[in-house]
Amino acid sequence: MSGIHIKNLNVSYGDTTVTHDVCLDVAEGESLALVGESGSGKSTVLKAIAGLATQWTGQIEIDGVARTHSIDRGIATKCQMVFQDPYGSLHPRKTIDATLSEPLQIHGIKDQSQRVIEQMANVQLDERYRFRFPHQLSGGQRQRVAIARSLMLGPKFLLLDEPTSALDVSVQAEILNLLKRIRLEQNLTYLVVTHNLAVVSFLCDRLAVMRSGEIVETANVSQLKSNKLEHPYSKELLQASRNHTSEKENV
Amino acid sequence: MIISKQWLLDDAPKSRMQAQMGRIYVVGLQLTRNPLAMIGAIIIGALIITAIFAPWIATHSPIAQNLGDRLLPPSGEHWMGTDELGRDIWSRVVFGSQITLTIVLLVAVIAAPLGLIVGAIAGYFGGWADRVLMGITDIFLSMPKLILALAFVAALGPGIENAIIAIAITSWPAYARIARAETLTFRNSEFVHAIKLQGASSTRIIAHHILPLCTSSMIVRVTLDMAGIILTAAGLGFIGLGAQPPLPEWGAMISRGRVFILDQWWVATMPGFAIILVSLGFCFLGDGLRDVLDPKHGSE
Amino acid sequence: MRNLLNIDNLTVTFPTNNGPVDVVKGISLSLGRERLGIVGESGSGKSMTGRAILKLIRSPGKVKADRLEFDGIDILSQSERQMRSIRGARISMVMQDPKFSLNPVMTVGTQIAEAIKTHQKLSAQEINDKTLAMLKSVRIENPERVLGLYPHEVSGGMGQRIMIAMMLVPEPDLLIADEPTSALDVSVQAQVLDIIDNLVTSKGMGLILISHDLNLVSSYCDRILVMRAGEIVEECVASELHAAKHPYTQGLLAAMPKIDEDREWLPVFEDMSGSQT
Repeated sequence: MSGIHIKNLNVSYGDTTVTHDVCLDVAEGESLALVGESGSGKSTVLKAIAGLATQWTGQIEIDGVARTHSIDRGIATKCQMVFQDPYGSLHPRKTIDATLSEPLQIHGIKDQSQRVIEQMANVQLDERYRFRFPHQLSGGQRQRVAIARSLMLGPKFLLLDEPTSALDVSVQAEILNLLKRIRLEQNLTYLVVTHNLAVVSFLCDRLAVMRSGEIVETANVSQLKSNKLEHPYSKELLQASRNHTSEKENV
Repeated sequence: MIISKQWLLDDAPKSRMQAQMGRIYVVGLQLTRNPLAMIGAIIIGALIITAIFAPWIATHSPIAQNLGDRLLPPSGEHWMGTDELGRDIWSRVVFGSQITLTIVLLVAVIAAPLGLIVGAIAGYFGGWADRVLMGITDIFLSMPKLILALAFVAALGPGIENAIIAIAITSWPAYARIARAETLTFRNSEFVHAIKLQGASSTRIIAHHILPLCTSSMIVRVTLDMAGIILTAAGLGFIGLGAQPPLPEWGAMISRGRVFILDQWWVATMPGFAIILVSLGFCFLGDGLRDVLDPKHGSE
Repeated sequence: MRNLLNIDNLTVTFPTNNGPVDVVKGISLSLGRERLGIVGESGSGKSMTGRAILKLIRSPGKVKADRLEFDGIDILSQSERQMRSIRGARISMVMQDPKFSLNPVMTVGTQIAEAIKTHQKLSAQEINDKTLAMLKSVRIENPERVLGLYPHEVSGGMGQRIMIAMMLVPEPDLLIADEPTSALDVSVQAQVLDIIDNLVTSKGMGLILISHDLNLVSSYCDRILVMRAGEIVEECVASELHAAKHPYTQGLLAAMPKIDEDREWLPVFEDMSGSQT
């Protein structure tokens, strides 16, 4: 079965169980959002899928292959992750070129220089940044590098953990456009964790609302836009977001 | 490829090497703005030059005895006077710099990488690897340097090689602790998560990602420790367990000169000055390096 | 009625490797007993403006202004000692992350008591009563229990409310809130801002709300200033934000995705700070 399929996922950190019997299906080629507040467990689900959280029970299947609890080189070529903090996800002592070539080195892929140049063009990062260090780049540029890095191995699935929440509004718009374009061009599958419902509207097809480690509702984004969510918590979340954005354009 | 200031400060480097060299250049520039660090650098530079060009800088042979010229005060002929066997002290101090430099470099080269690797492995894997390695480290850390060196040398016999090994064995635990502390800071960084996700092995992560981040604090600590190493070597020489006569090791020279200190003060004091000067030099340089390499100063 | 704040031609300069850089470039504003929002992206100089008002910018930063006056007092000529009696007592600041602005090794009760003791002489019982009253005013139920907690034991939203309580203890005339809710969840943001809003209007205080969030500022302020690269590019009444005139503001408004988004691509404008982002 293609896509990502999660059944009865219970992830724990030490003695605390953070997610409770989470079941989720992401079809190949679609873009699903996991929304919720902090502490809802949404990032934890992502980490379990990626192999960064190793203490879990249940089933996780990626592209037809059940995954093991720790890092799997095979899965690395299929499923990659973009992290939230552009300032923390790049090694401070490595040039952009070194950071982008490393996945290729690990998997013994040749013509690294060519591929690096290609990916940089793909994320619209000028070649002059190729041998710079992360502290010489802006937040938006670093996030582009992070996205390029996640694409180096040609994965089909991309896990995105709050990819734009640390960015300014104008930069966020560019990165969101970039993510949308890449997905359409390469037919990628996205699992996006975010607390920002507007981002969900722009980038995703479906959403799953999480609260205290459980999924309370899954819905289409069209329901989100037309205010037709069903679960009371989802409605609360939507209302809070609407108040926040005040949607005063309608006044 | 021309290495010019412009090339080093180029906004858009064309290769990794250019980028790395540019970074070192910028860091080096910052170092030059610190006067004390520059004094330290000059002293150490002088030490190195003296060691390399000792045969030309010394005025006499360091080991030629001339009992007719015993215990002469400093003069035009003997810049630092002569010792109890008529040997020129200036030449002995100059040649002694070779010994000092050898000791300091060898100890650094043996102890620092060893400590670095032990600390990084302990910090990265945690669990029982951490406990075992840190237990061993703690055992060595708990022994006073001089006494362990004494025991070692007593077991293996006096001599400069054994002194070096003894000092190295007592020095590496401190570096292991530092490396472990730094590793713990970075172990859960997102860039480590990212490269794990790419399928990197633990060896690769430790060697390519964690160790490079530990080098700054390691460089600073080693430089600052060099003063202590010199003093420990001098201490061993003082009690006769380090370099053996007729080698002009500074500590041994002080020891011999102790007997004459009241009337012929120069025999013990001249090598003493040398030790003070070089130790200060390493301290200043180490402090300057720390100011420049410490990420909290935003030097990157 | 005298203005609370009068600023003319404020400039803040920092030295860099490439020469001195003006992070705030000659801005002017005035504030009565109203709520003013200063909006901008990172690097716009909004936080620096807030700090300049409190004279919190230390060397090597330099502050220059034709006029920087709070309630008739010339801030630039005040000594550090005089500023200490102004800060907290007359102008207070709430910052972004309570994790970093609350002392982690003191209980909440002790910290609030300290804030009270700095400005007033009261008996222990009076201090305790006042502390509980402050906590209740920021809508913390069970204030007795919260008194004995440490900052890491309370949630972000509660920590921020405690911060606000501490900052309002001396009943200042002006509150500067620098990204007070950026570290909080959306639902909690509204709560905290409502509390700030209530306290400010009930006590007749002035408020400067600094944020990168246009919508937030337009909901809770009377007037808005939009800053970009150290300059004020737009000044408008909050309710008319959607009719903003400056292209930068219009661009920012358009670039934000909406919940009922129907555009295929978000409009993007180059040249935010002169370079590709």
